[in-house]
Amino acid sequence: MTAVPLQPPRRLVSFTLDGEESRVPEGSTILDACRSAGTDIPTLCQGDTLTPKNACRVCVVEVEGARTLAPACSRRAEPGMTVRTDTERAKHSRKVVLELLASSTDLSTTPRAAEWIKEYEAKPDRFGEDAARVDEQPKIDNDLYVRDYDKCILCYKCVDACGEQWQNTFAIAVSGRGFDARISTEHDAALPDSACVFCGNCIEVCPTGALSFSTEFGMRAAGTWDEPAQTQTTTVCAYCGVGCNVTLHVQDNEIVKVTSPHDNPVTHGNLCIKGRFGFQHVQNRD
Amino acid sequence: MDLRYTDAVPSDAEREAVDALLGPPPSGWEGGAERTDEDLRWAKGGASAARDRRDQLLPALHTVNDRVGWISEGALNYICRRLTVPPAEAYGVATFYAMFSVRPRPAKVLHVCTDLACAARGSAAVCTDLTDRLGPPGTPAEGAVWQESPCLGLCERAPAALLLQAGAEPSGAEPSGADGNTDAGSGSGSGSGETFRHSAVVAPATASALVAAARSPLDAPAEPSPAAAVPQAGDPALVLLRRVGTVDPASLDDYRAAGGYSALRRAFALGPAGVIREVLDAGLVGRGGAAFPTGRKWQATAQQADGPHYLVCNADESEPGTFKDRVLMEGDPYALIEAMTVAGYAIGARQGYIYLRGEYPRAHERLAHALTSARTRGLLGPDVLGQGYAFDIEIRRGAGAYICGEETAIFNSIEGQRGEPRSKPPFPVEKGLFGKPTAVNNVETLVNVLPILEHGAAAYAATGTETSTGTKLFCVSGQVARPGVYELPFGANLRDLLDLAGPPERLRAVLLGGAAGGFVRPDELDVPLTFEGTRAAGTTLGSGVVLVLDDTVELPRVLLRIAEFFRDESCGQCVPCRVGTVRQEEALHRIVDRTGAAAAEDIALMREVGQAMRDASICGLGQTAWNAVESAIDRLGVYK
Ligand code: SF4
Ligand code: SF4
Ligand code: SF4
Ligand code: FES
Repeated sequence: MTAVPLQPPRRLVSFTLDGEESRVPEGSTILDACRSAGTDIPTLCQGDTLTPKNACRVCVVEVEGARTLAPACSRRAEPGMTVRTDTERAKHSRKVVLELLASSTDLSTTPRAAEWIKEYEAKPDRFGEDAARVDEQPKIDNDLYVRDYDKCILCYKCVDACGEQWQNTFAIAVSGRGFDARISTEHDAALPDSACVFCGNCIEVCPTGALSFSTEFGMRAAGTWDEPAQTQTTTVCAYCGVGCNVTLHVQDNEIVKVTSPHDNPVTHGNLCIKGRFGFQHVQNRD
Repeated sequence: MDLRYTDAVPSDAEREAVDALLGPPPSGWEGGAERTDEDLRWAKGGASAARDRRDQLLPALHTVNDRVGWISEGALNYICRRLTVPPAEAYGVATFYAMFSVRPRPAKVLHVCTDLACAARGSAAVCTDLTDRLGPPGTPAEGAVWQESPCLGLCERAPAALLLQAGAEPSGAEPSGADGNTDAGSGSGSGSGETFRHSAVVAPATASALVAAARSPLDAPAEPSPAAAVPQAGDPALVLLRRVGTVDPASLDDYRAAGGYSALRRAFALGPAGVIREVLDAGLVGRGGAAFPTGRKWQATAQQADGPHYLVCNADESEPGTFKDRVLMEGDPYALIEAMTVAGYAIGARQGYIYLRGEYPRAHERLAHALTSARTRGLLGPDVLGQGYAFDIEIRRGAGAYICGEETAIFNSIEGQRGEPRSKPPFPVEKGLFGKPTAVNNVETLVNVLPILEHGAAAYAATGTETSTGTKLFCVSGQVARPGVYELPFGANLRDLLDLAGPPERLRAVLLGGAAGGFVRPDELDVPLTFEGTRAAGTTLGSGVVLVLDDTVELPRVLLRIAEFFRDESCGQCVPCRVGTVRQEEALHRIVDRTGAAAAEDIALMREVGQAMRDASICGLGQTAWNAVESAIDRLGVYK
């Protein structure tokens, strides 16, 4: 059975991207256009299954005639726009944003962060030893996952995934403001006392590893986490009739975590507690 | 999914306070005492029906905070049940605002301003004295706690303090403001037999007056009338300020006798398109800082097919050094109401909101009273002036967040979300409050509409310069002989203004446009106070702040205070601002007593961070947070 979703043909918008004429379907973002043109723009808070929040500002580009830079992840291409991704101004902002983030949070588990820091010649150390940091201890209050907000860049993705964009559980939100803003449950309650249903969809979307499976967190602490040695197998969750796709991450013949393909048109990478965390029985050998 | 609440229950006082705002719970599902048989057959119209009331979240938090002094887990739970709001989100909202506490604290909280104008006029000494007498800030003593506060908008009477007291008004007490009392005496119901005050303003403040007020708010000195903030009061040349001090702000009849409501009559005669044309022809531009043509904004809103349309009056005047809107609202509240009615009519709105600073109790009372009497006399409501136009206005109180003066943050705040600015586009005229076309204007801008309609666009535009028409209000504070709100035709220069206010003998610098503005030197006083003139001189009029500093002021401390302000008030949404403001403050701390080469490295660092903040922040706060410091370095040579 093949179901090819037919969409009404979309009009094309033509605009100038880095001096080249570019035609993209109406509604595309500048980032979409860059990606199809093969231009690499760093992004941190952008997620493929969520409405862009454009909070990190690492993807900024220069739009001719605009007073400020525009976030490529959410600014839509408009007919006649002239966009440059490689100006000094844009690169400068990206560099500084990387420095600001890396000097205040732990980006060690953020994919590509180190690469971009090098590419943009960012020097997070130059704010000195005493530069304020988020400085949070990992929150380990349940057996399934750990919240290590020292690694959190406040991208709002977990909030959006837990809230109205996917899960509709609303267990976590941003509290406080400014540098003191944190992701938190109501009155900062421990997760098991909160509304959390442990679907783990927040972990699925977290771009920094601030949210991680207890297995991964423990193995990283023990120094046994070895991603290149892991295999990934996508299969069907056997718990209930919905039949979500699950991707098993296996290291040394043990399932170490479970994700779900984001391009699945039904689940978009979301699972429930059983599919996400109920993998112990598979490897229960006695 | 169902929402999940914790087991914490509200106290009787908390429940009562919430019920007084929202009415008794209609069902056990919403926190009523028991579930009845009927409740078990009760179905609500889905989540969206409940979410319609999300905008009551901020008022509900206020009501508990006003009653108990802080917001407990039980109270938050109850509010969430009543409004079908997820507790984590409500907690996120409650912790966003400085006036709320989610930890227990005394009923009396004394906010002592340590911001720019108050610092220039001795707030540090007041704080030292207060520490001696009440202990360090944040430690409860004598049923009160004091804390340092950003600008309270009382800069003309600096140093200033505001006492807020939680509690139930004893029954029989005069409902404040509704008594037609005109002596302009106090923040809260100064009628005889007064037994309780929710708020008291002490300005200028001394430690002993503050201690007395903290012991018994009723002992706080009476507040001077708003006219005391207008040194030019009575001058026939005044336009926007002409009624402040000459009419009784509590009397609609007085207002009408002084020409009130003739602008609205003219508006009805012209029709909405005619009003917009008149405002366009007058060349009125917004006075909030952005200087966008008001008529174009109205036109764009009026043209939107989507509805309803909303009008929002931005009365969240939190720019340090700004107090003109407060004086207008306290001294001439009907003018704002009439102007909003005209604006609402022009853009096709039936509902207007005044988003008012939480720290303005007297303005709140005066406006609330004026709204009630206007409604009673058919000047608001289903049929304004018998013209078949339905319009009403609601006041929404902010709760201590500078960022909520940003036009899109206002929407989030009113809607019961965290007061974080939204990214633009889409612009408010397309998708504003509740996602509908909205015109946002500040108080001063709106009040300008009255003279435009009363005398016609041409007469209005005859004042001022070609591109800056009309008159402008300036908030002069700091080391001048007569601080206050001044009104001058556009085109006057800074020297003219300072001459009126009585400049200090040894002028060191003037901060124009507030914390987001820029400094000018004593040899630059010829700068014309127009939008184009200040722009050409590399500074800005901003919101009309003119903070005057003499050579006794240590400029590096002033800059530090500005940086601290932005760090404190950043909403935290975007990285350049959330972290950049912290790095800027750290660098200023490092160089506070240094100059020349010893400061150069940190100045270079701040320039780099400042550039990224200006270019890449989501909203104006982050984009302008580096302006004043940069101008102090470049124009004043502070660290030379
Ligand atoms: S925990 Fe992860 S997903 Fe949530 S805001 Fe922080 S970085 Fe983003
Ligand atoms: S992940 Fe949950 S919902 Fe999906 S198939 Fe497995 S048990 Fe069912
Ligand atoms: S610039 Fe600052 S205040 Fe504005 S959205 Fe960003 S963090 Fe919030
Ligand atoms: S009240 Fe203190 S600076 Fe305005």
